[in-house]
Amino acid sequence: MPFNGKSGKFNASINAVEVGCGEKAIKLGGENVLPFYTFDAPIENSPKVGVMISDLGLENEPAGVKAYYEGCTTMADIAKKAAAMPGADFVCLKLESADPNGQDKSVEDCMAVVKEVVDAIDVPLVIAGCKNVAKDADLLTKASEVAQGKNAIILSAKEEDYKGIGAAAGLAYNQKVGAESAVDINLAKQLNVLISQLGVAPSNIVMNVGTAAVGYGFEYVVSTMDRIKAAALSQDDKQLQMPIITPVADEAWNVKEAMASEEDMPEWGDQEARGVGMEVSTAASVLASGSNAVILKHPTSVATISKMIKELM
Amino acid sequence: MALKGLDIFKLTPKTNCKECGSPTCMAFSMKVAQGAVDISKCPHMSEEAMATLSEATAPPMKTIKVGTGDAEYTLGGETVLARHEKTFVSKPRFAVRVTPDMDVDAALAEANKVDYDRIGERMHAEMVYVECNGDAAAFVEAVKKVTGKGKTIVLACKDADAAKAALDVCKAEKPILNGADASNYEKMVELAKEAGVVLGVSGADINELYDTAAAIEKLGYKDLVLDTTGATIKETFATTVQVRRACLAKEPDRTFGYPSIVNLSKIAPNDEAMQISLASVFVLKYGSIIVMDTMNYARGLALFGLRQNVYTDPQKPMKVEPGIYPLNGGDENSVVLTTVDFALTYFVVSGELERSGVPCNLVISDAGGLSVLTAWAAGKLSSTSVSKFIKEEVEPKVKSRKLIIPGKVAVLKGDIEAKLEGWQVIVAPNEAVQLVKFLKDLQASGEI
Repeated sequence: MPFNGKSGKFNASINAVEVGCGEKAIKLGGENVLPFYTFDAPIENSPKVGVMISDLGLENEPAGVKAYYEGCTTMADIAKKAAAMPGADFVCLKLESADPNGQDKSVEDCMAVVKEVVDAIDVPLVIAGCKNVAKDADLLTKASEVAQGKNAIILSAKEEDYKGIGAAAGLAYNQKVGAESAVDINLAKQLNVLISQLGVAPSNIVMNVGTAAVGYGFEYVVSTMDRIKAAALSQDDKQLQMPIITPVADEAWNVKEAMASEEDMPEWGDQEARGVGMEVSTAASVLASGSNAVILKHPTSVATISKMIKELM
Repeated sequence: MALKGLDIFKLTPKTNCKECGSPTCMAFSMKVAQGAVDISKCPHMSEEAMATLSEATAPPMKTIKVGTGDAEYTLGGETVLARHEKTFVSKPRFAVRVTPDMDVDAALAEANKVDYDRIGERMHAEMVYVECNGDAAAFVEAVKKVTGKGKTIVLACKDADAAKAALDVCKAEKPILNGADASNYEKMVELAKEAGVVLGVSGADINELYDTAAAIEKLGYKDLVLDTTGATIKETFATTVQVRRACLAKEPDRTFGYPSIVNLSKIAPNDEAMQISLASVFVLKYGSIIVMDTMNYARGLALFGLRQNVYTDPQKPMKVEPGIYPLNGGDENSVVLTTVDFALTYFVVSGELERSGVPCNLVISDAGGLSVLTAWAAGKLSSTSVSKFIKEEVEPKVKSRKLIIPGKVAVLKGDIEAKLEGWQVIVAPNEAVQLVKFLKDLQASGEI
């Protein structure tokens, strides 16, 4: 008697959200099964991999990243090279230089960078702020305008600044709103409700439900994503059916495992291999928990995760 | 048919003797009904009652013990598919693959370089997976080299004679014999029975795996693990998930109620980044033994951290030991910072402190494993608890009299200063990410 497995297909599904335009546009979400459960039902849109670039340039990047971008002198060069990285589906431009605790560049200067990148690439684009709420409110509102016509994801609108960013990205300039909450299913849902109440269509919202590097309270990330997918699929909770995008690179490369130099921790061995280990482990884990897209930075990580996704599809 | 706790309670002696480990017969019955403990834990159950109950109340997934002594591990026994439903109980174990044509001693020595402590848990590759490549004599030699090394052995061998010879060498260490398939399972069951070891079962696909496991159960052998490795990554994931889902379904299919073995060396050979990625997926999704080419820090730091996180009991917070943790070369003259013993808080705060590069002493006092605000609200982090710990543990060892407290409990500043004579209390920012700038500013202004 052969094995009689029941299908775990659900009647509800995750929203399919199109990002970018033209031939290279991508769709996030759309599935009606748990992550990679293709044996229950086909998954039409595979999870996507993005490459993160920072307007701070390459100075602080690991050697493997620097080597990949060798010869790039402008942000346009870097963006083009990122778009061509094997395995990459989209590019994420992070406007780090705007941070008031860092270089504190003016919004105008940052918009010049956005314009440069927008003009340079035709792959889908994600624009991320500097994580300072006051600055991002202005920065991302303007970025939505500058990137008009790109159908980009604006990362992100938080509880504190969703009104301005949500309205600019989701209503005025036809971008996708990235709704960012801090690893909690209720906060994620609440923010989706608030942004919807502005008049933004659910099909124009993607969620960044927050993440941590593996080993750093990652159980909360797993359980938050597990519960969101369970609510969206088995209970047909419309306010949680937005696809999830997870910026992994920042978290994974900023913990001790990736930052400690080989001189400080000789027994730990090659620093870059540790960083890649943290990045792919975190990325694979959030994908297995329900992320529809991840944002990475190391070429080895991008190639590996995109290959893993293809193998599992 | 699932039985209710009350039905089971009726059959217990109702003496509340506690010999089963539960405080009352009622509590015991409820646990049995949930599948959390086995009915045989009660020594006073009548045989008749046992027979009625054992079939109906057997946990849906068997708990299998392998190895001996320090290298004894429990596999399986899970009751839920997602950790938020309750908790995962048996951590997946990592096995290093060796073959007879390798320098086995060197391979083990290399993997053993990773052996460290993380929040009270020893992190190392617990198992070794020895693959037979057809030459029985060479296989036995390799098995000899991994025996007595403190690792649980998995023998991957489908040849009965070679397996027997290998078992003669290592059976005292309670290895797993991963070798039964549709063609040889009768012989393999005999061998496993004779040696008293757990048997690994594989199949060409999920149906053959199911049929073979069912046939082995018919022969009366139930100490099994299921090798869910398929020909491809996709098939391996599909089989591993479906096996676990079948046994934890509402109507459990106990033929699949065993732990799994996933061999990444087979489906992603010589690809370290891919093995780390897939191992992460299988830590989350139902691998019990995960076989890899080797163990090193690039793999271990990520995978052990992930495993420790995911296998914590959601009801029991992870705690770090109270004490003084010097950072960035901090000594007795370096500034003192204090926070709670909740592991996540400790990791985030110590990470930021290290990034600041400022020499300091991080003092962790017992706060019940709660985060700063929760501990404060619960009365576990108070001016009394902080000042007592500083007086008893810190004052004898540290000369600095500057104490930085978390921004979220700024209200404690006055009370602590009143209780700690000679100390200057400085309030830190609310969020850990602001610590780097805060400390650098203090250092630049000569405050610390």
